[in-house]
Amino acid sequence: MKKQIANWGNYPRIESDEQTFSFTEELQTYVKKKEPFIARGYGRCYGDASLAPNTISTLRYNKVLSFDTEKGIFECQSGLTLDKILTIIVPKGWFLPVTPGTKFITIGGAVASDVHGKNHHVDGSFSAHVIDMDVIGTDGTLYTCSPTQHSDLFWATCGGMGLTGVISRIKFDLKKIETSYIKQKQLKAKNLEDILRLFEENSHYTYSVAWIDCLKKGKGFGRSILILGEHAKKEEIPAKYQGNPLKLPPQKQILFPFNLPSFVLNKLTVKAFNFLYYGKNLKREINNVVSYEPFFYPLDAIQLWNRGYGKKGFIQYQFVLPLESKAGLIEILHRISDKGIGSFLAVLKVFGRQDDLISFPREGYTLALDIPVRNGLFPFLDELDALVLKYGGRLYLSKDARMKPEILENSYPHLSAFKEIISKYNPQSAFSSLQSERLHITSGKSLI
Amino acid sequence: MNPSVLILGASSDIGMALAEKFAQNGYPLVLAARNSQRLAPLQSDLEIKYGTGCAILEFDITHTDTHQATWDSLREKPGITICVAGYMKDNEQVIKDTAETLKTIATNFTGPVAMLNIIAADYAKNGKGIIAGISSVAGLRGRQSNYIYGSAKAGLTAYLSGLRNRMYPHQVHVLTVLPGFMDTKMTAHLKLPKLLTAQPAAVADAIYRGIQKKKNIIYIKWFWKWIMFIIRHIPESIFKKKKL
Ligand SMILES: Cc1cc2nc3c(=O)[nH]c(=O)nc-3n(C[C@H](O)[C@H](O)[C@H](O)COP(=O)(O)OP(=O)(O)OC[C@H]3O[C@@H](n4cnc5c(N)ncnc54)[C@H](O)[C@@H]3O)c2cc1C
Ligand SMILES: NC(=O)c1ccc[n+]([C@@H]2O[C@H](COP(=O)([O-])OP(=O)(O)OC[C@H]3O[C@@H](n4cnc5c(N)ncnc54)[C@H](OP(=O)(O)O)[C@@H]3O)[C@@H](O)[C@H]2O)c1
Repeated sequence: MKKQIANWGNYPRIESDEQTFSFTEELQTYVKKKEPFIARGYGRCYGDASLAPNTISTLRYNKVLSFDTEKGIFECQSGLTLDKILTIIVPKGWFLPVTPGTKFITIGGAVASDVHGKNHHVDGSFSAHVIDMDVIGTDGTLYTCSPTQHSDLFWATCGGMGLTGVISRIKFDLKKIETSYIKQKQLKAKNLEDILRLFEENSHYTYSVAWIDCLKKGKGFGRSILILGEHAKKEEIPAKYQGNPLKLPPQKQILFPFNLPSFVLNKLTVKAFNFLYYGKNLKREINNVVSYEPFFYPLDAIQLWNRGYGKKGFIQYQFVLPLESKAGLIEILHRISDKGIGSFLAVLKVFGRQDDLISFPREGYTLALDIPVRNGLFPFLDELDALVLKYGGRLYLSKDARMKPEILENSYPHLSAFKEIISKYNPQSAFSSLQSERLHITSGKSLI
Repeated sequence: MNPSVLILGASSDIGMALAEKFAQNGYPLVLAARNSQRLAPLQSDLEIKYGTGCAILEFDITHTDTHQATWDSLREKPGITICVAGYMKDNEQVIKDTAETLKTIATNFTGPVAMLNIIAADYAKNGKGIIAGISSVAGLRGRQSNYIYGSAKAGLTAYLSGLRNRMYPHQVHVLTVLPGFMDTKMTAHLKLPKLLTAQPAAVADAIYRGIQKKKNIIYIKWFWKWIMFIIRHIPESIFKKKKL
């Protein structure tokens, strides 16, 4: 059915003929169609990666196929969302090996973007935990691939943004937990030097991420809050939780009611940050035990919070720079704070080692911040892109809606190998998105 | 212990949503459909999520000669039967093609009647059981745009009401479900008004409640009752001139 669709950033918004399917055979029939199309999960990438004039939604293709509660191996169809998976695995003492900052994404989307979490420096990205998966190719052929079987297809599909085919089935490893709680530590950092030192000192923590104030200048430049966490052991949780240590958090959600002018949201985040930064007796360190929900998914409590950025939408700008490019991080942060257009808050994280074909993460610093779409934004982002490139970094395709093809070309070292595999498995650009066209990865002529 | 639930036409979006709803509430299931191996993922899904038993049965509602054997093959008889199977194609095509016309009638009317007769007789003998049949508001008045399907559903609605009447002394309950528009494969190519259209999960909730409360007739989305009330009461002399 034709409808208007957009991803999380609400930019761009297009009309798409979106079809659904429940059975593998229906998908195999659909892929043989004449016009190019792209697979679409929950639409939580920010830009145009899962947008095209023709899309196939995986959301009704969401069955659990097997769950080995002894070994912690889970197998399901690609449209199942992480929030559903959590309700099945947590009560049995297992957790997702890697999770992004929202649980409202499909498992197909997790693989296609090769998502990273707060534990990247310890556990790598999602693809590191995939045992094997099925991908439906252009002629409806089902390929089972893994690091040892059709490995070229496997690595091009992890982080490949749906361009190798439609992922149908995924089998992956889980992480053992004793409780559904997280032992959390929050540390205040006075400035950028301080936060980078704290990341290093605390690299043994499984989970780490920082909220950084992008607008603060002078001595407090880069002031931030580092959030660290470990899955709590049974004896570490308060007595009142001991009776049901694997309890699922309550599913409360409030709905962001309508589009707001973007300064409102900014004011709210300023308040929230200041509350954390100055609140709680100005202590430098706070330790507590919280449910996994607020630790991993603080933003999921407000449904459709993206409406806070207004009708025109926003861009989430996320890049990674090598560890040796600390100067680059400082320069880019300065540019953002001078320009004063960024969201007040950004997320900073240190990635561990990774060198996959087309996945975003690599060792270094990654920064992500939201910027409302307005006149003059794109030229400014082009300037930032040039800096990212200069310092040897790159942008995350899953957040991108506007990068130029040259930037991609010069920042992903294995891009040509990736394109070669695409030309093998997707020679006619049957799988093609607005993004892949913009970035010249595919050439589906009939796309707008 | 909950009785098990037999779903005839379980491969539909409504059938799968019903399976989820009943499994979630602890009812074992028997899923009957054509190409039933397609339902293996649903079977594993329900067993893993809810720990309820779930069997799969190959079944074609128009193959009436197999119905008795199909029912007899079930060692433990499901205490609840929900007939979801149906078939609707573009009326213009259907009226030009006798085979399509008869298929529409067989899938929506004669097939369900043949199968439900067998099940009802068994339920009556045991003095218990619940039957729910999914008909349609399209059966409440024949319209030129959809009268082959509509008349078959009209037949089913009349059958269900007679069956309810007949089964009453045997403590067997019969529920007639009258959906308006539903967002399923049947209507995927149509542009349906969003407000009037029900999602499969909401349909399943409504049918589940209807069965719990032993309702006789339920409309899916309450306003359809009033929409159909108006449509039914337009005098024939006016109705015949309308493009509906
Ligand atoms: C609040 C928020 C926080 C986030 N935090 C993080 C984070 O911490 N780390 C991180 O890595 N990401 C993060 N993301 C991004 C998000 O995890 C990814 O964009 C993810 O891919 C979205 O999955 P989806 O199911 O919504 O897929 P979509 O957004 O619909 O699609 C994303 C891509 O996956 C492809 N795809 C989807 N399903 C399939 C399939 N079955 N077969 C082939 N290709 C497919 C699409 O074609 C598209 O290229 C965040 C997003 C939000 C909104
Ligand atoms: N969608 C609506 O707006 C709407 C409105 C009012 C009433 N209804 C009724 O609601 C019910 C569910 O429909 P739906 O919307 O979910 O449509 P659907 O997806 O087309 O479902 C029809 C189901 O009937 C099955 N079926 C068809 N022929 C069969 C046969 N010979 N033997 C066994 N099963 C057969 C189909 O199985 P296969 O998968 O094998 O084809 C499918 O499972 C139907 O009775 C329909 O008439 C629908």
